[in-house]
Amino acid sequence: MEPTVSFFSGFQPSDLWFLAEAAWRTLLISVLSISIGTVLGVVFGWMIYEGKWPAALTLGPVLDVFRSVPLIIQLVLFYNFAPIIGLNLDPFLSGVVVLSVYCASLVANVARGGMEAVGLPMRRAARSLGMSYWQDLRYVVLPIGGRAVFPSWVGVALGVMKDSALVSVLGYIELLKASQILITRTQEPLLILTLAGAFYFALSYPISRYAATLEKRWAT
Amino acid sequence: MIEIRGLKKFYGSLEVLKGIDLDVPKGEVLSVIGASGSGKSTLLYCINGLEPIQEGSVKVDGTDVHAKGTDINELRQKMGMVFQQWNSFPHLTALENVALAPKIVKKKSRAEARDIATRQLQHVGLGDKLNVYPSALSGGQQQRLAIARALAMEPDYMLFDEATSALDPELVGEVLDAMRLLADEGMTMICVTHEMGFARDVSDRVTFFHEGILEEIGTPAEIFGAPKSEHLQKFLSSIR
Ligand SMILES: Nc1ncnc2c1ncn2[C@@H]1O[C@H](COP(=O)(O)OP(=O)(O)OP(=O)(O)O)[C@@H](O)[C@H]1O
Ligand SMILES: [Mg+2]
Repeated sequence: MEPTVSFFSGFQPSDLWFLAEAAWRTLLISVLSISIGTVLGVVFGWMIYEGKWPAALTLGPVLDVFRSVPLIIQLVLFYNFAPIIGLNLDPFLSGVVVLSVYCASLVANVARGGMEAVGLPMRRAARSLGMSYWQDLRYVVLPIGGRAVFPSWVGVALGVMKDSALVSVLGYIELLKASQILITRTQEPLLILTLAGAFYFALSYPISRYAATLEKRWAT
Repeated sequence: MIEIRGLKKFYGSLEVLKGIDLDVPKGEVLSVIGASGSGKSTLLYCINGLEPIQEGSVKVDGTDVHAKGTDINELRQKMGMVFQQWNSFPHLTALENVALAPKIVKKKSRAEARDIATRQLQHVGLGDKLNVYPSALSGGQQQRLAIARALAMEPDYMLFDEATSALDPELVGEVLDAMRLLADEGMTMICVTHEMGFARDVSDRVTFFHEGILEEIGTPAEIFGAPKSEHLQKFLSSIR
């Protein structure tokens, strides 16, 4: 017999599945945004570092704006104004766009720092061996600078993952939103929040662990 | 042969090289001496195309280093360079440091590149450090690694920019020995150095730079035994 559906009901095993699905959506939007944001951010950071083009000069201040305006405001503004310029994006895609740009604005700083960490003497040494500009970037700057700022990048990535909860204001049901729904229904905030916390931990712990392993390997 | 004609180099409005004329024939070991700031490092950077020049020309085996159409990456393979700062690639082992450029620039196979690297490291006395990371090497070892790394490209010329001046005194000898060995093998070398003993014993010619001008050039006997310019005399007495 089907359980009677009432507005309030206790926590059921299927709710765990509901949370797991929401965690999957958190993971999905995070991985997408962090990936796109990292690639974009590295390109932006490189442009700012080189500083050759007029575009690079305006890029810094523009990214400053994305870094400093609260994400929730960016989300709501983008979601509501995008249709005006003909972009009809669902909450998920809107979230990906805003989170990616936000992530990129943070990564740009990290990437620029990484390139600066390599230093001119090292790069001259690479070029003196006959490496092209791009070979120098690929084989010297990327690995050396990348390792130098990897911990900062992990910090940014984990931050973006947690901030992805804000996409719920657009109606995207990710982990935090799902928890709120369940709390409202079951009136068991402690249990649900603990579970949600455990899911967040399960998502970020492997990343931290893996990062720590990499850092240890590089330290030799 | 390296031919430098009327070379002028400015950093902004600061004239660092004020019209240098200099020929370095194949097989010669030339030492460059002079006070700090006289433009010695800058000269090497201009020869290697690491810094643009404002006037004059630098030709290496007839190819103009700074001409628009020159493939500078190709030309640089003829010129190895060792810098004052030890800049071994910290993420690579000694072997990988040396093998990298042959592999990606000269497109050697992995095995070939490793062979070359092993040989060059043995050559500078680092045969037992192949799989060691630079962080575990002394400054002297890192400079020898830098020499091996440059030699792995089989250059015709070697440019040394005070390869020993950042080293602890007890480590200077091993690097100078490696340079001496190279000179004995007939390598064409331009060595910016503060090691007057090396300049005297190893060079065919010595040139003295003063405030961006090549003030004097001659055999070690001429430069150290009978310096003509007043600045050179002062410089020599100041370092004794
Ligand atoms: N990137 C740069 N920008 C501006 N000025 C520079 C730069 N590099 C060098 N200079 C200046 O050019 C002059 C010559 O420098 P250079 O490094 O060639 O001297 P040097 O003879 O090698 O001295 P040292 O013995 O200290 O190495 C100095 O006055 C230096 O301050
Ligand atoms: Mg110098």
